[in-house]
Amino acid sequence: MISVQHITKRYGNHLAIEDVTFNVKRGEILGFLGPNGAGKTTTMRIITGFMPASEGTVQVAGFDCFEHPQEIKKRIGYLPESPPLYQELTVTEYLRFVGQLKRLPPSRVPGRMAQVIEQLGLGSVRHRVIGHLSKGFRQRVGLAQALIHDPPVLILDEPTIGLDPIQIIEIRDVIRGLAGSHTVILSTHILSEATAICDRVVIIDRGHIVAEDTPAQLSSRLRQSEKISLTVKHPPDNWRERLSTIPGVLQVIQGPTPETSIIEYELGQDLREDIAQFVVNQGVGLLELKPLSLSLEDVFLQLTQQDENLAHAQDASPSSHPSLPVENRTQA
Amino acid sequence: MTPVNTLIAKELRCFVVSPVFYVVGAVFLFISGFLAHLMVVNAGQQALRFLQMQNTYAQLNLNELVFRPIFHSLAIVLIFLLPMLTMRLFAEERKLRTMELLLTSPIGINEIISAKFMSVLIIYLGLLGLTGLTPFVLSFYSTFHVDPILTGYLGLALQGAFFLSCGVLASTLTENQIVAAFLSFGIIIVFWLLGGLGSILGDTTLGAVISYLSFVEHFDRLVRGLLEAKDIVYYLSGTVLMLFIAHRVVDSHRWQ
Repeated sequence: MISVQHITKRYGNHLAIEDVTFNVKRGEILGFLGPNGAGKTTTMRIITGFMPASEGTVQVAGFDCFEHPQEIKKRIGYLPESPPLYQELTVTEYLRFVGQLKRLPPSRVPGRMAQVIEQLGLGSVRHRVIGHLSKGFRQRVGLAQALIHDPPVLILDEPTIGLDPIQIIEIRDVIRGLAGSHTVILSTHILSEATAICDRVVIIDRGHIVAEDTPAQLSSRLRQSEKISLTVKHPPDNWRERLSTIPGVLQVIQGPTPETSIIEYELGQDLREDIAQFVVNQGVGLLELKPLSLSLEDVFLQLTQQDENLAHAQDASPSSHPSLPVENRTQA
Repeated sequence: MTPVNTLIAKELRCFVVSPVFYVVGAVFLFISGFLAHLMVVNAGQQALRFLQMQNTYAQLNLNELVFRPIFHSLAIVLIFLLPMLTMRLFAEERKLRTMELLLTSPIGINEIISAKFMSVLIIYLGLLGLTGLTPFVLSFYSTFHVDPILTGYLGLALQGAFFLSCGVLASTLTENQIVAAFLSFGIIIVFWLLGGLGSILGDTTLGAVISYLSFVEHFDRLVRGLLEAKDIVYYLSGTVLMLFIAHRVVDSHRWQ
Protein backbone atom coordinates (compact mmCIF):
# COMPACT_ATOMS: atom_id res chain seq x y z
CA MET A 1 0.00 0.00 0.00
CA ILE A 2 2.82 2.35 0.91
CA SER A 3 6.23 1.90 -0.57
CA VAL A 4 9.07 4.15 0.50
CA GLN A 5 12.16 3.65 -1.63
CA HIS A 6 15.60 5.03 -0.73
CA ILE A 7 14.41 8.46 0.36
CA THR A 8 16.95 10.99 1.50
CA LYS A 9 16.18 14.49 2.73
CA ARG A 10 18.73 17.24 3.11
CA TYR A 11 18.18 20.64 4.70
CA GLY A 12 21.14 22.56 3.38
CA ASN A 13 24.10 20.61 4.70
CA HIS A 14 22.11 18.82 7.34
CA LEU A 15 21.07 15.29 6.47
CA ALA A 16 17.67 14.67 8.07
CA ILE A 17 17.12 11.15 6.76
CA GLU A 18 19.27 9.01 4.52
CA ASP A 19 18.33 6.09 2.29
CA VAL A 20 15.16 5.17 4.17
CA THR A 21 13.32 2.21 2.63
CA PHE A 22 10.31 0.34 3.94
CA ASN A 23 6.95 -1.00 2.81
CA VAL A 24 3.59 -1.12 4.52
CA LYS A 25 1.01 -3.71 3.57
CA ARG A 26 -2.70 -2.98 3.24
CA GLY A 27 -4.44 -3.04 6.60
CA GLU A 28 -1.24 -3.03 8.60
CA ILE A 29 -0.36 -0.72 11.49
CA LEU A 30 3.26 0.31 11.29
CA GLY A 31 4.93 1.96 14.24
CA PHE A 32 7.59 4.47 13.50
CA LEU A 33 9.83 4.57 16.47
CA GLY A 34 12.76 6.72 17.34
CA PRO A 35 14.11 9.36 19.68
CA ASN A 36 13.15 12.99 19.10
CA GLY A 37 14.87 14.42 16.06
CA ALA A 38 15.49 11.02 14.47
CA GLY A 39 13.65 11.92 11.25
CA LYS A 40 10.17 10.52 11.95
CA THR A 41 8.31 13.71 11.12
CA THR A 42 10.42 14.37 8.04
CA THR A 43 9.67 10.89 6.67
CA MET A 44 5.95 11.31 7.34
CA ARG A 45 5.86 14.72 5.71
CA ILE A 46 7.45 13.28 2.61
CA ILE A 47 4.89 10.46 2.44
CA THR A 48 1.99 12.93 2.76
CA GLY A 49 3.40 15.12 0.00
CA PHE A 50 3.87 18.10 2.30
CA MET A 51 7.51 18.26 1.26
CA PRO A 52 9.41 16.51 -1.52
CA ALA A 53 12.32 14.17 -0.86
CA SER A 54 15.78 15.18 -2.04
CA GLU A 55 16.21 11.68 -3.44
CA GLY A 56 14.11 8.55 -3.73
CA THR A 57 10.43 7.94 -4.35
CA VAL A 58 7.27 7.22 -2.41
CA GLN A 59 4.30 5.31 -3.77
CA VAL A 60 0.92 5.23 -2.08
CA ALA A 61 -1.79 2.90 -3.42
CA GLY A 62 0.22 2.59 -6.62
CA PHE A 63 0.46 6.34 -7.25
CA ASP A 64 3.84 7.99 -7.48
CA CYS A 65 4.42 11.05 -5.32
CA PHE A 66 5.88 13.09 -8.16
CA GLU A 67 3.44 12.10 -10.92
CA HIS A 68 0.13 12.03 -9.05
CA PRO A 69 0.51 14.01 -5.82
CA GLN A 70 -3.21 14.92 -5.74
CA GLU A 71 -4.30 11.27 -6.01
CA ILE A 72 -2.08 10.45 -3.04
CA LYS A 73 -3.36 13.39 -1.03
CA LYS A 74 -6.97 12.28 -1.57
CA ARG A 75 -6.14 8.89 -0.07
CA ILE A 76 -4.22 10.03 2.99
CA GLY A 77 -5.50 11.27 6.31
CA TYR A 78 -2.75 13.11 8.12
CA LEU A 79 -2.46 14.20 11.72
CA PRO A 80 0.65 16.39 12.05
CA GLU A 81 2.58 16.79 15.27
CA SER A 82 0.50 19.80 16.24
CA PRO A 83 -3.07 19.35 15.03
CA PRO A 84 -3.86 21.88 12.26
CA LEU A 85 -6.89 23.56 13.84
CA TYR A 86 -8.57 26.86 13.08
CA GLN A 87 -9.21 28.41 16.47
CA GLU A 88 -12.21 30.48 15.39
CA LEU A 89 -14.28 27.66 13.87
CA THR A 90 -16.58 25.32 15.76
CA VAL A 91 -15.88 21.59 15.65
CA THR A 92 -18.65 20.90 13.11
CA GLU A 93 -17.68 23.86 10.92
CA TYR A 94 -14.09 22.70 10.94
CA LEU A 95 -14.88 19.09 10.10
CA ARG A 96 -17.22 20.15 7.29
CA PHE A 97 -14.48 22.41 5.93
CA VAL A 98 -11.87 19.65 5.99
CA GLY A 99 -14.29 17.14 4.45
CA GLN A 100 -14.98 19.47 1.54
CA LEU A 101 -11.31 20.35 1.20
CA LYS A 102 -10.48 16.65 0.92
CA ARG A 103 -13.07 16.35 -1.88
CA LEU A 104 -15.47 14.16 0.04
CA PRO A 105 -18.71 14.01 -2.04
CA PRO A 106 -21.20 16.55 -0.55
CA SER A 107 -23.82 13.86 0.05
CA ARG A 108 -21.41 11.96 2.30
CA VAL A 109 -20.27 14.93 4.38
CA PRO A 110 -23.04 14.95 7.05
CA GLY A 111 -22.87 11.16 7.48
CA ARG A 112 -19.11 11.06 7.87
CA MET A 113 -19.20 14.01 10.27
CA ALA A 114 -21.70 12.24 12.50
CA GLN A 115 -19.59 9.08 12.33
CA VAL A 116 -16.25 10.62 13.36
CA ILE A 117 -17.89 12.76 16.04
CA GLU A 118 -19.33 9.55 17.48
CA GLN A 119 -16.09 7.59 17.00
CA LEU A 120 -13.97 10.14 18.85
CA GLY A 121 -16.50 11.16 21.49
CA LEU A 122 -16.81 14.75 20.32
CA GLY A 123 -20.60 14.94 20.68
CA SER A 124 -20.52 17.19 23.74
CA VAL A 125 -18.26 19.80 22.11
CA ARG A 126 -19.50 19.72 18.53
CA HIS A 127 -20.85 23.28 18.61
CA ARG A 128 -17.98 24.75 20.60
CA VAL A 129 -15.26 26.93 19.13
CA ILE A 130 -12.01 24.98 18.79
CA GLY A 131 -9.99 27.74 20.44
CA HIS A 132 -11.86 27.07 23.70
CA LEU A 133 -11.29 23.32 23.81
CA SER A 134 -8.89 21.46 26.09
CA LYS A 135 -5.76 19.86 24.71
CA GLY A 136 -7.26 16.38 24.80
CA PHE A 137 -10.27 17.47 22.77
CA ARG A 138 -8.09 19.34 20.29
CA GLN A 139 -6.03 16.24 19.72
CA ARG A 140 -9.23 14.29 19.11
CA VAL A 141 -10.52 16.92 16.69
CA GLY A 142 -7.16 16.60 14.93
CA LEU A 143 -7.66 12.86 14.62
CA ALA A 144 -11.26 13.40 13.46
CA GLN A 145 -9.90 15.70 10.77
CA ALA A 146 -7.59 12.93 9.53
CA LEU A 147 -10.47 10.44 9.43
CA ILE A 148 -13.24 12.62 7.99
CA HIS A 149 -12.81 11.62 4.33
CA ASP A 150 -12.46 7.93 5.23
CA PRO A 151 -8.99 7.62 3.73
CA PRO A 152 -7.47 4.18 3.15
CA VAL A 153 -4.13 5.44 4.50
CA LEU A 154 -3.57 7.25 7.79
CA ILE A 155 -0.38 8.98 8.81
CA LEU A 156 -0.43 9.92 12.48
CA ASP A 157 2.44 11.87 13.98
CA GLU A 158 2.50 11.17 17.72
CA PRO A 159 -1.28 10.80 18.02
CA THR A 160 -1.38 10.35 21.80
CA ILE A 161 0.94 13.17 22.79
CA GLY A 162 -0.41 15.46 25.48
CA LEU A 163 -3.31 13.22 26.43
CA ASP A 164 -4.11 11.82 29.86
CA PRO A 165 -3.86 8.05 30.40
CA ILE A 166 -7.58 7.41 29.89
CA GLN A 167 -7.63 9.40 26.70
CA ILE A 168 -4.51 7.57 25.51
CA ILE A 169 -6.27 4.25 25.94
CA GLU A 170 -9.34 5.56 24.10
CA ILE A 171 -7.30 6.88 21.16
CA ARG A 172 -5.31 3.64 20.98
CA ASP A 173 -8.56 1.71 20.82
CA VAL A 174 -9.76 3.94 17.98
CA ILE A 175 -6.50 3.38 16.07
CA ARG A 176 -6.55 -0.36 16.68
CA GLY A 177 -10.14 -0.39 15.44
CA LEU A 178 -8.92 1.01 12.14
CA ALA A 179 -6.58 -1.91 11.49
CA GLY A 180 -7.60 -4.16 8.64
CA SER A 181 -9.70 -1.59 6.84
CA HIS A 182 -7.04 1.13 6.99
CA THR A 183 -3.30 1.21 6.54
CA VAL A 184 -1.76 3.20 9.35
CA ILE A 185 1.67 4.62 9.99
CA LEU A 186 2.06 6.16 13.40
CA SER A 187 5.10 7.65 14.97
CA THR A 188 5.84 7.59 18.64
CA HIS A 189 8.71 7.71 21.03
CA ILE A 190 6.74 5.77 23.62
CA LEU A 191 7.81 2.18 23.17
CA SER A 192 4.97 0.55 25.05
CA GLU A 193 2.60 2.29 22.67
CA ALA A 194 4.27 0.67 19.69
CA THR A 195 4.08 -2.73 21.39
CA ALA A 196 0.42 -2.18 22.23
CA ILE A 197 -0.85 -0.99 18.84
CA CYS A 198 1.51 -1.90 16.04
CA ASP A 199 1.78 -5.00 13.89
CA ARG A 200 5.28 -4.02 12.92
CA VAL A 201 7.78 -1.42 14.02
CA VAL A 202 10.48 0.45 12.18
CA ILE A 203 13.14 1.87 14.46
CA ILE A 204 14.81 4.97 13.13
CA ASP A 205 17.78 6.70 14.69
CA ARG A 206 19.63 9.73 13.37
CA GLY A 207 18.03 9.45 9.95
CA HIS A 208 18.71 5.76 9.41
CA ILE A 209 16.52 2.71 9.83
CA VAL A 210 18.21 0.51 12.42
CA ALA A 211 15.63 -2.25 12.68
CA GLU A 212 12.33 -3.38 11.20
CA ASP A 213 10.22 -6.27 12.50
CA THR A 214 7.29 -7.23 14.71
CA PRO A 215 7.72 -6.11 18.32
CA ALA A 216 7.90 -9.76 19.52
CA GLN A 217 10.50 -10.82 17.00
CA LEU A 218 12.60 -7.76 17.59
CA SER A 219 12.94 -8.60 21.25
CA SER A 220 13.59 -12.31 20.68
CA ARG A 221 16.10 -11.58 17.93
CA LEU A 222 18.24 -9.46 20.15
CA ARG A 223 18.09 -11.79 23.09
CA GLN A 224 21.35 -13.65 23.62
CA SER A 225 20.26 -15.85 26.55
CA GLU A 226 17.11 -16.86 28.40
CA LYS A 227 16.52 -15.14 31.69
CA ILE A 228 14.35 -16.15 34.57
CA SER A 229 13.49 -14.26 37.72
CA LEU A 230 13.30 -16.30 40.90
CA THR A 231 11.99 -15.09 44.25
CA VAL A 232 12.24 -17.18 47.42
CA LYS A 233 11.09 -16.49 50.98
CA HIS A 234 14.28 -17.24 52.94
CA PRO A 235 17.36 -17.09 50.71
CA PRO A 236 20.17 -18.92 52.60
CA ASP A 237 23.79 -17.77 52.56
CA ASN A 238 25.65 -18.23 49.29
CA TRP A 239 22.27 -18.84 47.65
CA ARG A 240 23.39 -17.56 44.29
CA GLU A 241 26.48 -19.77 44.28
CA ARG A 242 24.29 -22.74 45.03
CA LEU A 243 21.97 -21.81 42.17
CA SER A 244 24.84 -21.66 39.71
CA THR A 245 25.54 -25.34 40.36
CA ILE A 246 22.37 -26.27 38.46
CA PRO A 247 23.55 -27.78 35.15
CA GLY A 248 23.10 -25.38 32.22
CA VAL A 249 23.06 -22.16 34.26
CA LEU A 250 25.43 -19.54 32.90
CA GLN A 251 25.16 -16.81 35.47
CA VAL A 252 23.16 -15.79 38.52
CA ILE A 253 22.82 -12.19 39.49
CA GLN A 254 21.05 -10.28 42.22
CA GLY A 255 17.56 -9.06 41.30
CA PRO A 256 15.87 -5.86 42.47
CA THR A 257 15.36 -7.24 46.03
CA PRO A 258 17.64 -9.52 48.11
CA GLU A 259 15.06 -12.31 47.76
CA THR A 260 15.13 -12.15 43.98
CA SER A 261 17.76 -13.65 41.72
CA ILE A 262 18.05 -13.45 37.95
CA ILE A 263 19.18 -16.74 36.46
CA GLU A 264 20.61 -16.69 32.98
CA TYR A 265 20.92 -19.85 30.88
CA GLU A 266 21.60 -20.74 27.29
CA LEU A 267 19.17 -19.87 24.55
CA GLY A 268 17.01 -22.78 23.41
CA GLN A 269 17.11 -24.65 26.72
CA ASP A 270 14.28 -24.78 29.20
CA LEU A 271 15.58 -25.07 32.77
CA ARG A 272 12.41 -23.93 34.50
CA GLU A 273 11.50 -27.41 35.71
CA ASP A 274 15.04 -28.12 36.96
CA ILE A 275 15.19 -24.82 38.80
CA ALA A 276 11.82 -25.34 40.42
CA GLN A 277 12.80 -28.82 41.53
CA PHE A 278 16.10 -27.54 42.95
CA VAL A 279 14.43 -24.74 44.90
CA VAL A 280 11.77 -27.05 46.36
CA ASN A 281 14.47 -29.56 47.41
CA GLN A 282 16.35 -26.79 49.20
CA GLY A 283 13.18 -25.88 51.14
CA VAL A 284 13.67 -22.11 50.98
CA GLY A 285 10.04 -21.24 50.15
CA LEU A 286 9.47 -20.71 46.42
CA LEU A 287 7.43 -17.53 45.89
CA GLU A 288 7.79 -16.71 42.23
CA LEU A 289 9.41 -18.03 39.09
CA LYS A 290 8.90 -16.08 35.87
CA PRO A 291 10.65 -15.81 32.52
CA LEU A 292 11.96 -12.37 31.61
CA SER A 293 11.55 -11.25 28.01
CA LEU A 294 13.42 -8.37 26.50
CA SER A 295 11.10 -5.38 26.34
CA LEU A 296 11.04 -3.02 23.42
CA GLU A 297 12.78 -0.51 25.66
CA ASP A 298 15.76 -2.83 25.94
CA VAL A 299 15.75 -3.48 22.21
CA PHE A 300 15.59 0.18 21.51
CA LEU A 301 18.40 1.09 23.86
CA GLN A 302 20.49 -1.77 22.59
CA LEU A 303 20.04 -0.71 19.00
CA THR A 304 20.59 2.98 19.45
CA GLN A 305 23.56 2.42 21.72
CA GLN A 306 25.13 -0.08 19.36
CA ASP A 307 24.79 2.60 16.78
CA GLU A 308 26.55 5.05 19.03
CA ASN A 309 29.36 2.60 19.77
CA LEU A 310 29.64 1.98 16.06
CA ALA A 311 29.97 5.67 15.40
CA HIS A 312 32.66 5.95 18.09
CA ALA A 313 34.52 2.98 16.67
CA GLN A 314 34.47 4.48 13.24
CA ASP A 315 35.62 7.83 14.53
CA ALA A 316 38.53 6.22 16.35
CA SER A 317 39.83 4.09 13.51
CA PRO A 318 38.12 4.55 10.17
CA SER A 319 39.75 1.46 8.64
CA SER A 320 38.79 -1.05 11.32
CA HIS A 321 35.58 -2.99 10.79
CA PRO A 322 33.13 -2.84 13.65
CA SER A 323 32.22 -6.17 15.13
CA LEU A 324 28.55 -5.89 14.17
CA PRO A 325 28.12 -4.83 10.55
CA VAL A 326 25.20 -2.54 9.74
CA GLU A 327 23.74 -5.07 7.29
CA ASN A 328 23.23 -7.62 10.05
CA ARG A 329 21.08 -5.28 12.01
CA THR A 330 19.00 -3.75 9.30
CA GLN A 331 18.22 -6.81 7.25
CA ALA A 332 18.25 -9.73 9.63
CA MET B 1 -18.60 22.93 -3.36
CA THR B 2 -15.21 22.78 -4.96
CA PRO B 3 -12.24 23.02 -2.59
CA VAL B 4 -11.61 26.59 -3.78
CA ASN B 5 -15.13 27.68 -2.89
CA THR B 6 -14.79 25.85 0.41
CA LEU B 7 -11.64 27.75 1.18
CA ILE B 8 -13.20 31.08 0.18
CA ALA B 9 -16.19 30.37 2.43
CA LYS B 10 -13.90 29.48 5.33
CA GLU B 11 -11.84 32.66 4.87
CA LEU B 12 -15.00 34.79 4.78
CA ARG B 13 -16.22 33.03 7.92
CA CYS B 14 -12.93 33.87 9.64
CA PHE B 15 -13.18 37.50 8.55
CA VAL B 16 -16.69 37.82 9.90
CA VAL B 17 -15.59 36.73 13.39
CA SER B 18 -12.38 38.74 13.37
CA PRO B 19 -12.22 42.11 15.10
CA VAL B 20 -9.68 43.34 12.54
CA PHE B 21 -12.31 43.16 9.82
CA TYR B 22 -14.76 45.31 11.79
CA VAL B 23 -12.13 47.88 12.72
CA VAL B 24 -10.84 48.16 9.15
CA GLY B 25 -14.39 48.28 7.77
CA ALA B 26 -15.52 50.92 10.26
CA VAL B 27 -12.47 53.12 9.72
CA PHE B 28 -12.74 52.86 5.95
CA LEU B 29 -16.43 53.71 5.87
CA PHE B 30 -16.05 56.49 8.41
CA ILE B 31 -13.23 58.09 6.44
CA SER B 32 -15.07 57.82 3.15
CA GLY B 33 -18.23 59.29 4.66
CA PHE B 34 -16.35 62.06 6.39
CA LEU B 35 -14.46 62.91 3.17
CA ALA B 36 -17.73 63.06 1.27
CA HIS B 37 -19.16 65.40 3.90
CA LEU B 38 -16.09 67.69 3.76
CA MET B 39 -16.06 67.82 0.01
CA VAL B 40 -19.75 68.53 -0.28
CA VAL B 41 -19.54 71.34 2.32
CA ASN B 42 -16.50 72.71 0.53
CA ALA B 43 -18.34 72.59 -2.81
CA GLY B 44 -21.29 74.43 -1.24
CA GLN B 45 -19.02 77.21 0.06
CA GLN B 46 -17.38 77.58 -3.32
CA ALA B 47 -20.77 77.86 -4.96
CA LEU B 48 -21.79 80.56 -2.49
CA ARG B 49 -18.60 82.52 -3.12
CA PHE B 50 -19.07 82.17 -6.85
CA LEU B 51 -22.63 83.47 -6.52
CA GLN B 52 -21.54 86.51 -4.47
CA MET B 53 -18.71 87.44 -6.84
CA GLN B 54 -20.33 86.85 -10.20
CA ASN B 55 -23.86 87.36 -9.09
CA THR B 56 -24.84 84.59 -11.43
CA TYR B 57 -25.80 81.03 -10.93
CA ALA B 58 -23.22 78.63 -12.30
CA GLN B 59 -23.44 74.94 -12.68
CA LEU B 60 -20.96 73.40 -10.23
CA ASN B 61 -18.76 70.60 -11.44
CA LEU B 62 -19.29 68.00 -8.73
CA ASN B 63 -17.01 65.54 -10.48
CA GLU B 64 -14.11 67.88 -9.99
CA LEU B 65 -15.05 69.37 -6.63
CA VAL B 66 -16.28 66.26 -4.83
CA PHE B 67 -15.56 62.94 -6.44
CA ARG B 68 -12.03 63.36 -7.71
CA PRO B 69 -10.65 64.41 -4.29
CA ILE B 70 -12.58 61.58 -2.63
CA PHE B 71 -11.12 59.00 -5.00
CA HIS B 72 -7.58 60.28 -4.50
CA SER B 73 -7.92 60.36 -0.73
CA LEU B 74 -9.44 56.91 -0.57
CA ALA B 75 -6.61 55.53 -2.68
CA ILE B 76 -4.19 56.72 0.01
CA VAL B 77 -6.35 55.36 2.82
CA LEU B 78 -6.23 51.96 1.10
CA ILE B 79 -2.44 51.88 1.35
CA PHE B 80 -2.79 51.79 5.11
CA LEU B 81 -5.94 49.77 5.55
CA LEU B 82 -5.68 46.91 3.07
CA PRO B 83 -2.49 45.42 4.56
CA MET B 84 -4.53 44.91 7.74
CA LEU B 85 -6.90 42.66 5.83
CA THR B 86 -4.24 40.59 4.11
CA MET B 87 -1.69 40.26 6.92
CA ARG B 88 -3.19 37.16 8.51
CA LEU B 89 -3.91 35.16 5.33
CA PHE B 90 -0.71 33.14 5.20
CA ALA B 91 1.22 34.33 8.26
CA GLU B 92 -1.41 32.86 10.57
CA GLU B 93 -1.57 29.56 8.66
CA ARG B 94 2.16 29.18 9.06
CA LYS B 95 2.18 30.18 12.69
CA LEU B 96 -0.64 27.80 13.66
CA ARG B 97 0.77 25.09 11.38
CA THR B 98 -2.52 24.80 9.51
CA MET B 99 -0.58 25.25 6.28
CA GLU B 100 0.30 21.59 6.71
CA LEU B 101 -3.39 20.71 6.37
CA LEU B 102 -3.80 22.78 3.21
CA LEU B 103 -0.65 21.49 1.57
CA THR B 104 -1.51 17.86 2.28
CA SER B 105 -5.03 18.27 0.87
CA PRO B 106 -5.85 17.55 -2.77
CA ILE B 107 -5.71 21.24 -3.67
CA GLY B 108 -2.94 23.06 -5.53
CA ILE B 109 -0.95 26.00 -4.23
CA ASN B 110 -2.40 28.18 -7.00
CA GLU B 111 -5.89 27.27 -5.78
CA ILE B 112 -4.97 28.13 -2.19
CA ILE B 113 -3.57 31.50 -3.23
CA SER B 114 -6.45 32.38 -5.52
CA ALA B 115 -8.99 31.38 -2.86
CA LYS B 116 -7.32 33.55 -0.23
CA PHE B 117 -7.01 36.46 -2.66
CA MET B 118 -10.62 36.12 -3.80
CA SER B 119 -11.90 36.08 -0.22
CA VAL B 120 -10.14 39.30 0.70
CA LEU B 121 -11.13 40.87 -2.63
CA ILE B 122 -14.77 40.07 -1.92
CA ILE B 123 -14.48 41.75 1.48
CA TYR B 124 -12.84 44.82 -0.04
CA LEU B 125 -15.31 45.14 -2.91
CA GLY B 126 -18.13 44.85 -0.41
CA LEU B 127 -16.74 47.76 1.61
CA LEU B 128 -16.08 49.75 -1.56
CA GLY B 129 -19.62 49.07 -2.72
CA LEU B 130 -20.97 50.66 0.48
CA THR B 131 -19.19 53.92 -0.34
CA GLY B 132 -21.33 54.01 -3.50
CA LEU B 133 -23.96 55.48 -1.20
CA THR B 134 -22.32 58.92 -1.62
CA PRO B 135 -22.85 59.29 -5.39
CA PHE B 136 -26.24 57.61 -5.04
CA VAL B 137 -27.49 60.15 -2.49
CA LEU B 138 -25.91 63.10 -4.29
CA SER B 139 -27.61 62.09 -7.54
CA PHE B 140 -30.95 63.11 -5.99
CA TYR B 141 -29.78 66.66 -5.29
CA SER B 142 -27.47 67.46 -8.14
CA THR B 143 -26.35 66.40 -11.56
CA PHE B 144 -22.92 65.14 -12.50
CA HIS B 145 -21.29 62.91 -15.09
CA VAL B 146 -21.67 59.26 -14.25
CA ASP B 147 -18.85 57.93 -16.46
CA PRO B 148 -15.92 59.37 -14.45
CA ILE B 149 -17.54 57.99 -11.28
CA LEU B 150 -17.68 54.53 -12.79
CA THR B 151 -14.08 54.65 -14.04
CA GLY B 152 -13.04 56.07 -10.65
CA TYR B 153 -14.63 53.10 -8.91
CA LEU B 154 -13.03 50.78 -11.44
CA GLY B 155 -9.71 52.44 -10.57
CA LEU B 156 -10.28 51.95 -6.83
CA ALA B 157 -11.27 48.33 -7.41
CA LEU B 158 -8.20 47.60 -9.55
CA GLN B 159 -5.86 49.53 -7.30
CA GLY B 160 -7.28 47.75 -4.26
CA ALA B 161 -6.83 44.37 -5.95
CA PHE B 162 -3.20 45.25 -6.66
CA PHE B 163 -2.61 46.35 -3.06
CA LEU B 164 -4.24 43.17 -1.80
CA SER B 165 -1.98 41.04 -3.99
CA CYS B 166 1.03 42.88 -2.52
CA GLY B 167 -0.40 42.06 0.91
CA VAL B 168 -0.86 38.40 0.03
CA LEU B 169 2.77 38.24 -1.07
CA ALA B 170 3.93 39.96 2.14
CA SER B 171 1.90 37.53 4.22
CA THR B 172 3.60 34.52 2.63
CA LEU B 173 7.01 35.88 3.56
CA THR B 174 6.68 35.78 7.34
CA GLU B 175 4.96 34.07 10.25
CA ASN B 176 4.41 37.38 12.00
CA GLN B 177 1.26 39.29 11.08
CA ILE B 178 2.61 42.69 12.12
CA VAL B 179 5.72 42.16 10.00
CA ALA B 180 3.48 41.10 7.11
CA ALA B 181 1.42 44.29 7.43
CA PHE B 182 4.49 46.54 7.45
CA LEU B 183 6.07 44.63 4.62
CA SER B 184 3.03 45.20 2.47
CA PHE B 185 2.96 48.95 3.34
CA GLY B 186 6.59 48.94 2.23
CA ILE B 187 5.93 47.25 -1.10
CA ILE B 188 2.96 49.51 -1.88
CA ILE B 189 4.78 52.68 -0.85
CA VAL B 190 7.71 51.78 -3.12
CA PHE B 191 5.27 51.57 -6.02
CA TRP B 192 3.81 54.91 -4.95
CA LEU B 193 7.16 56.68 -4.69
CA LEU B 194 8.22 55.36 -8.08
CA GLY B 195 5.68 57.82 -9.48
CA GLY B 196 7.58 60.74 -7.92
CA LEU B 197 10.89 59.39 -9.18
CA GLY B 198 9.42 59.02 -12.65
CA SER B 199 8.28 62.64 -12.78
CA ILE B 200 11.71 63.88 -11.58
CA LEU B 201 13.36 61.93 -14.40
CA GLY B 202 10.90 63.58 -16.76
CA ASP B 203 10.55 62.64 -20.38
CA THR B 204 13.46 60.22 -20.64
CA THR B 205 12.88 56.57 -21.50
CA LEU B 206 13.86 55.57 -17.98
CA GLY B 207 11.45 58.14 -16.58
CA ALA B 208 8.64 56.76 -18.70
CA VAL B 209 9.37 53.19 -17.65
CA ILE B 210 9.49 54.11 -13.97
CA SER B 211 6.33 56.16 -14.22
CA TYR B 212 4.63 53.22 -15.88
CA LEU B 213 5.67 50.96 -13.00
CA SER B 214 4.00 53.24 -10.47
CA PHE B 215 0.24 53.12 -10.04
CA VAL B 216 0.01 56.91 -9.63
CA GLU B 217 -0.51 57.94 -13.24
CA HIS B 218 -2.65 54.91 -14.08
CA PHE B 219 -5.00 55.71 -11.24
CA ASP B 220 -5.05 59.40 -12.15
CA ARG B 221 -6.23 58.64 -15.68
CA LEU B 222 -9.00 56.38 -14.45
CA VAL B 223 -10.19 58.99 -11.95
CA ARG B 224 -10.25 61.60 -14.68
CA GLY B 225 -12.59 59.32 -16.60
CA LEU B 226 -10.14 58.01 -19.15
CA LEU B 227 -10.60 54.33 -19.77
CA GLU B 228 -7.48 53.02 -21.44
CA ALA B 229 -6.40 49.42 -21.94
CA LYS B 230 -2.83 50.04 -20.78
CA ASP B 231 -3.97 51.10 -17.31
CA ILE B 232 -6.15 48.05 -16.89
CA VAL B 233 -3.37 45.83 -18.21
CA TYR B 234 -1.02 47.45 -15.68
CA TYR B 235 -3.22 46.60 -12.70
CA LEU B 236 -4.09 43.11 -13.83
CA SER B 237 -0.52 42.17 -14.72
CA GLY B 238 0.78 43.67 -11.47
CA THR B 239 -1.76 41.70 -9.43
CA VAL B 240 -1.02 38.46 -11.26
CA LEU B 241 2.72 38.99 -10.86
CA MET B 242 2.44 39.51 -7.09
CA LEU B 243 0.28 36.40 -6.73
CA PHE B 244 2.71 34.43 -8.86
CA ILE B 245 5.63 35.43 -6.63
CA ALA B 246 3.51 34.47 -3.61
CA HIS B 247 3.01 31.06 -5.24
CA ARG B 248 6.77 30.63 -5.63
CA VAL B 249 7.31 31.62 -2.01
CA VAL B 250 4.77 29.14 -0.67
CA ASP B 251 6.20 26.43 -2.89
CA SER B 252 9.73 27.17 -1.71
CA HIS B 253 8.68 26.71 1.93
CA ARG B 254 8.01 23.07 1.15
CA TRP B 255 11.68 22.58 0.32
CA GLN B 256 13.02 24.06 3.51
